[in-house]
Amino acid sequence: MKKTFVILFAALVVAAGLFMNARLTMGDGYGIGDTVADFKLKNVDGKMVSMADFKDAKGVIVIFTCNTCPFAKIYEQRILELDKKYASKGFPVIAINPNDVDRMPGDSMDEMIKRSNKKGYTFPYLRDDTQEIAQAFGATKTPHTYLLNKVGGKFKVEYIGAIDDNPNDSGNVDKTYVEDAIDALLSGESPSVKEKRAIGCTIKWRDA
Amino acid sequence: MVTGMFALMAMIALSQEVKVMKFPEVQKKILSADAPLTIFNFWATWCAPCVREMPLFESYADDPNVKVYFISLDFGDRLEKVKNFVTKKGLKSEVILLNESDYDAYIGKVSKEWTGAIPATLFVDEWGKTYFHESEFTKKELDAAIKKYLN
Repeated sequence: MKKTFVILFAALVVAAGLFMNARLTMGDGYGIGDTVADFKLKNVDGKMVSMADFKDAKGVIVIFTCNTCPFAKIYEQRILELDKKYASKGFPVIAINPNDVDRMPGDSMDEMIKRSNKKGYTFPYLRDDTQEIAQAFGATKTPHTYLLNKVGGKFKVEYIGAIDDNPNDSGNVDKTYVEDAIDALLSGESPSVKEKRAIGCTIKWRDA
Repeated sequence: MVTGMFALMAMIALSQEVKVMKFPEVQKKILSADAPLTIFNFWATWCAPCVREMPLFESYADDPNVKVYFISLDFGDRLEKVKNFVTKKGLKSEVILLNESDYDAYIGKVSKEWTGAIPATLFVDEWGKTYFHESEFTKKELDAAIKKYLN
């Protein structure tokens, strides 16, 4: 009996340690050059989507975004334009909404369907209900972009961060970070800028 | 009606003006913070969790040991919007509008831990040691953090 208790206690301590560790390292996730594990998430059209579905793609632009963050809304049109410009060149957009629906009812699948229809999304808009994918990537905010390049069937991180350098005024963008990075990859080079942080809304994590 | 006007005037008189600054000026304030505890809270009028936690910081406005700065990341051309917000809320803490578009440059200088999500808060103790939080505070969490960093 006593032994069982000791083992149980030890298991609890280990579990607590793992849990705390998971919380602490939430912001770590993938770095530049890391290989990204594929995911399978539900799209606004009801189908499941994986990166593997994009067989002819040279890479993908994964963007954690949402319906509710004003900064994400500012970038919505530019995300549409990214997909329009680069999907045909082999770099389609995959948008993922990781916000907890209890905390952000405006980010429910129903609301996502409405928004994507209204704005004419040309790319998948997936719900990360368990938030496991956002955590695996190390996404912390919306919008948060990861540019992945397909090498030998594997998706590798080439750029993380801001879409461009002027959220306020899309007409006065000086540096188009994501576009520049894709252009570099398309010409067989490594992007010169690999990480640029930007302001965004904290991902609404589920209460632990 | 008249009372309402007086209340409004009193609020305007009490609330702070909003200063527009570039990052080097803000950084100088961070590096020269000399209160027992100085708090730099990064927020924006469009950020709901930021607006929600502001009263918690504001409750320390009269605490002699704590100096609070609200650093607005609203775009530089939204000064009127920020001013109206400050007046409406009757904020007594100092409010600064950070007019800087090179986010990556200043985010890293505030804290290496900051990924760019807001709300974000930097605590500087009287020895210049910094503590960074990238999350919304509850009252309990903020009171505990302030108590801890003051010691």
